[in-house]
Amino acid sequence: MSHLQIVNLSKRYGAVEVLKDINLDIRSGEFTVFVGPSGCGKSTLLRCIAGLETISDGTLEIDGEVVNERAPSKRGIAMVFQSYALYPHMTVFNNMAYALKLQKFSKDQIKEKVTAVAATLQLTPYLDRLPKALSGGQRQRVAIGRAIVREPKVFLFDEPLSNLDAALRVATRIEIAKLHESMPSTTMIYVTHDQVEAMTLADRIVVLRAGVVEQVGAPMELYNHPGNLFVAGFIGSPAMNMVPCVIEAAGAAPTVRPVGHAPVRVVAAVPADAVGKKGTFGVRPEDLSLTTGAEAIFRGKAELVEHLGELTLLYVDVGNPGQPVIAKLDGNVPIKRGEAIALTAPADRLHVFDDKGLAFPRPA
Amino acid sequence: MTSIALTRPMVSRGRFPRIKLSRIFVHASLLFFVALWTFPTVGLLISSIRDKDQLAVSGWWTALTNSTRLTTARVAEASTQVQEDGAWVVKGNLLGPKGGSQTIESFGITNADVRGTPAGASTAMRDGGQIIVQANGDYVWSSPTPFAYTGGPRIYYVVGSPPRFTLDNYKAVLAAEGIGQSFINSLTVAIPATVIPIMIAAFAAYALAWMRFPGRTLTVVVIVGLIVVPLQMSLIPLLRLYNEIAGALGVEAKGYVGVWLAHTAFGLPLAIYLLRNYMAGLPREIMESARMDGANHFKVFTSMVLPLSFPALASFAIFQFLWIWNDLLVALVFLGAQNDKIVLTARLVNLLGTRGDNWELLTAAAFISIVVPLIVFFSLQRYFVRGLLAGSVK
Repeated sequence: MSHLQIVNLSKRYGAVEVLKDINLDIRSGEFTVFVGPSGCGKSTLLRCIAGLETISDGTLEIDGEVVNERAPSKRGIAMVFQSYALYPHMTVFNNMAYALKLQKFSKDQIKEKVTAVAATLQLTPYLDRLPKALSGGQRQRVAIGRAIVREPKVFLFDEPLSNLDAALRVATRIEIAKLHESMPSTTMIYVTHDQVEAMTLADRIVVLRAGVVEQVGAPMELYNHPGNLFVAGFIGSPAMNMVPCVIEAAGAAPTVRPVGHAPVRVVAAVPADAVGKKGTFGVRPEDLSLTTGAEAIFRGKAELVEHLGELTLLYVDVGNPGQPVIAKLDGNVPIKRGEAIALTAPADRLHVFDDKGLAFPRPA
Repeated sequence: MTSIALTRPMVSRGRFPRIKLSRIFVHASLLFFVALWTFPTVGLLISSIRDKDQLAVSGWWTALTNSTRLTTARVAEASTQVQEDGAWVVKGNLLGPKGGSQTIESFGITNADVRGTPAGASTAMRDGGQIIVQANGDYVWSSPTPFAYTGGPRIYYVVGSPPRFTLDNYKAVLAAEGIGQSFINSLTVAIPATVIPIMIAAFAAYALAWMRFPGRTLTVVVIVGLIVVPLQMSLIPLLRLYNEIAGALGVEAKGYVGVWLAHTAFGLPLAIYLLRNYMAGLPREIMESARMDGANHFKVFTSMVLPLSFPALASFAIFQFLWIWNDLLVALVFLGAQNDKIVLTARLVNLLGTRGDNWELLTAAAFISIVVPLIVFFSLQRYFVRGLLAGSVK
């Protein structure tokens, strides 16, 4: 029961505009991930929602009420900070009870709520400990518990996993996913720069760049139908191969010619007026496969072969130094450095972007 | 194999690290400075608990050995003689009933001869016969002929007294010399004059560190500037101002309130500066998290900033307390030197004038005055260790 609506939101520090005209509609119970490179404004946007930063322009509505001027604690929002921000001089119990004490709950109620949350997060044995006596993962769970105990309508996570080691990060990621499942009516907003977290956790991803929303959509939608070059390059690892191209034909049989390669037939709605203009041709490494036939899109020499076990990363020099085409192939392909390579991909897996970087829509 | 053979001697060398010359130098100089700093204090303490007669004749480093002095006593009158075993005998005790634990080491019949005869041996007397003096002072002067002297001849002797430690000096200065009263006066000045500026400064420091308001930076700059204002410069204007206000309010011109306010004013700039810097270094996320949890500024201050700033508060408390405790000028100016209000430092000065020769009193009084700073320092020093923030972030 917490529909979040952001209308024309801007945030300025003096003359510097860090968020420009953000419009977002975050539905109740949705797990939304803000993702983007560092400095893109994703944390600032989160802090604007939290009330820790004032909003320069536009409105923030929670359940239809404008809450721009409302104090953070009155917005029904809880936040998990990147650094956990546990109160170092308080025990785990008191850390979790702090908000409840401020809300003037009775001692019994506080005890009941805290012990219940501690039990679900397996924190019961540590309730009397100080934060400094906890491991990183336990501190993270205390930070989450401190948020849960307040029963907020909206949960905000500010890069909560970035201080954990790799193994713990995966485990905690799964825990957060479970947490969301167990509280289906609670809206969660999660900020990260890690696209794996974004892809695995999100119902919807908001990709931000330089204070502007680039695209909003479900993870697979962003993966399959990136709206522009930035999103196409940001989602997916290794990043999509992009080659400048000239658009040769539109209509029923659209064709593009990547610079230095043979023309390629694509499946996309290319308008007639785009013909002859420059654009960008993109194909994901995992869509490429080896071929011997005439349908090859890229031809070149294997510059580098990385055998990662379950897969092989192949860097192919296609006559554009410093920008090899990367192919993600099966783990057992017997390719050696210097070998001549021909790569192809299914026509419906090819992406074409116009001269402004916007994608020509592909059929779903 | 060769690499193992090569590394072995290095391992064994690692087990017995070469003692570096620089390390020895560092440790030796540390030891030297520790000794240099503690010796006077130890000497003061030992002197203050020694017997005053012993203190007058020997230094504190001889406190554990017998102290000796030359003295003299007359033997009993001839009329007390008795006849024993065919000899005339005069008996008695040189040390008298107050001899206590003193022992006679040697004796003689002239001043020059005082070390001539050890205790227990006998020597000839001018009036005839032999005298034996025991270590406990008992003497037996026996002669084959009856004594006919008038006025007992003098016996010179060296008396040794064992080390004697006493708290009498402390009793004397605390009660008779008014140090006890001054001690209480000093506490009366120092405790409020430490607590008041810390309380004000903590609030001010929080506001200057974490609240946004116009002119904040300017305020900080002005406060930092006030640190360098010399106390002596503002003494007279401040006293005049206080006297006028006190006169208008009908309060006496010299009193504890005045000295509290003066110390508060002089201590505040440094206190605010120190505390502000410390508080500004606290993690922002903790404050923000508390705000999200529903805490207002006051609540953030009392439940987060104040407990986390304890090390800074403690170290400033030590500074301020010691400065006030050792202060003479402000106390004399604002409190005066009347007998019921005089502080310890001023009383020590007075004592130095009136009882300059009584070292046992001066050392006891001086030690009383450093006891409180020592207690304050040792009880609060653990807060100097900045371990309080561990575990909050990262």
